[in-house]
Amino acid sequence: MALDYSQKVMDHFINPRNVGEIENADGVGEAGNPKCGDIMKIYLKVNPDTKIIDDVKFKTFGCASAIASSSMATEMIKGRTIEDAWNLTNNAVAEALDGLPPIKMHCSVLAEEAIHTALNDYREKHGMPVIPMEHHED
Amino acid sequence: MFVYMDHTATTPVSPEVLNAMIPYFSDVFGNPSSVYSFSRKSRGAIEKARKQVADALNADTSEIFFTGSGTEADNWALKGTLEKGKIAGKNHIITTSIEHHAILHTCEYLKKVEGADITYLPVNSEGMVSVDDVRNAITDKTAIVSVMFANNEVGTIQPIKEIGALCRERKIPFHTDAVQGAAHLDIDVKAMNIDMLSMSAHKMYGPKGVGALYLRKGMRPENFIHGGAQEKGRRASTENLAGIVGFGEAFEILKGRLNEDKAINSSRRDRLIAGILERIPHAKLNGATGDNRLPNNINFSFIGVEGETLLLDLDAKGISASTGSACSSESLDPSHVLLALGLKHEMAHGSLRFTIGRLTTDEHIDYLLEVLPEIVARRRAMSPLWEDYLKSIGEK
Repeated sequence: MALDYSQKVMDHFINPRNVGEIENADGVGEAGNPKCGDIMKIYLKVNPDTKIIDDVKFKTFGCASAIASSSMATEMIKGRTIEDAWNLTNNAVAEALDGLPPIKMHCSVLAEEAIHTALNDYREKHGMPVIPMEHHED
Repeated sequence: MFVYMDHTATTPVSPEVLNAMIPYFSDVFGNPSSVYSFSRKSRGAIEKARKQVADALNADTSEIFFTGSGTEADNWALKGTLEKGKIAGKNHIITTSIEHHAILHTCEYLKKVEGADITYLPVNSEGMVSVDDVRNAITDKTAIVSVMFANNEVGTIQPIKEIGALCRERKIPFHTDAVQGAAHLDIDVKAMNIDMLSMSAHKMYGPKGVGALYLRKGMRPENFIHGGAQEKGRRASTENLAGIVGFGEAFEILKGRLNEDKAINSSRRDRLIAGILERIPHAKLNGATGDNRLPNNINFSFIGVEGETLLLDLDAKGISASTGSACSSESLDPSHVLLALGLKHEMAHGSLRFTIGRLTTDEHIDYLLEVLPEIVARRRAMSPLWEDYLKSIGEK
């Protein structure tokens, strides 16, 4: 149940990395809805020449695993190119957190979706083709 | 500091209760059903406990049947009464949308397996059932009306006496799940027109694993647990001797200090409610105020934050509380009770319940009021929903 989180999840929940907003972000993406209880918003600052994500911030409404997934996912894409960042999967986020309870796996899916949405927002604004996204029910 | 604010989930066995129970594990261990004189002591202890429980409710000892839990008592009352009713062509159950799962899931089962018709009555924004709604829902097929005495999540106390009078007049068996109510309120089953009442020992500083069903004389639901002839042939299985002794003792002690506890709990409750409203902006109290609320229940929604997050932050500060958020459960839906009160999903996800009791001190209230505002503010600051909310009300 609620307290069966790994130490990594608890660490990222208690001291989340990259919390906040980026003013004039190059890409912004949101995933989830209040009904299911999780909303994640991701802000990207991308280097125009190298296409490397120089900075990333998030704001999340949701349970501990949603906050930890956001924190971990932002750490994992920071300093990577936008192509690289696209390939970050929800399973990789969950693994990096030493696993999530099965009922909470959707939190890592949400992180992947929010990042994809932000990357596509960036691509659209910068004249690049938008990549089709898989949509998840939860 | 360990601050236990979840007395509605369970309570510790009080030292007096534990002392009363101890002899019945290894010394007085005889099977109450055995014939030899050694077992008379076991039988005597059970009958003493039965009297303690009966006296606490103004019932007769012949009307008290011990069970393994409050949930079992609920199952017995509903299933046994419906099965009996079906013989007379009655297959309709009236209950409410805010019942405990012990009632709701039993009703779902009866719908599926027995083809029962279930009416789930709505509640108002404070969580109160209307007697008129009960009256209007009754048909000539109604086999039982079951309305909880007081809600476990938001603490709203229901108009039990009035519903009981209505059911008595219409000759429909009336059951109430008083698992929470009996732990805090003065219940007189005769004056309140109650036919069946479920209760549980561990909510009243007694042991886990023992409950009881009050069955007014003449109430004969079909048996639920089949086997030996215990409990006058109505509820089989060897009695939980020490548990039953503990239940009786716990209930007697509880009744003896009920008014005193009620006064101190409701004063702390109201101080905590006022303190939260004063210190945390946009905090919403869920449930009723004053005498319509259980004296030990405090339930708030904090828009913009999610309940499990707050629970874990509170836990890190030594405070144990509870939430109606889905994130603390096995489903993705938030509390059915908060939704029935008309809360939006995000408000239901952002709920916290504090339930005070004998472990609570004035210092605990002060401490909670000191740490909670910071916790809510910090988590709100990282929430996109809070930002949207502030924009929607023009504060950002």
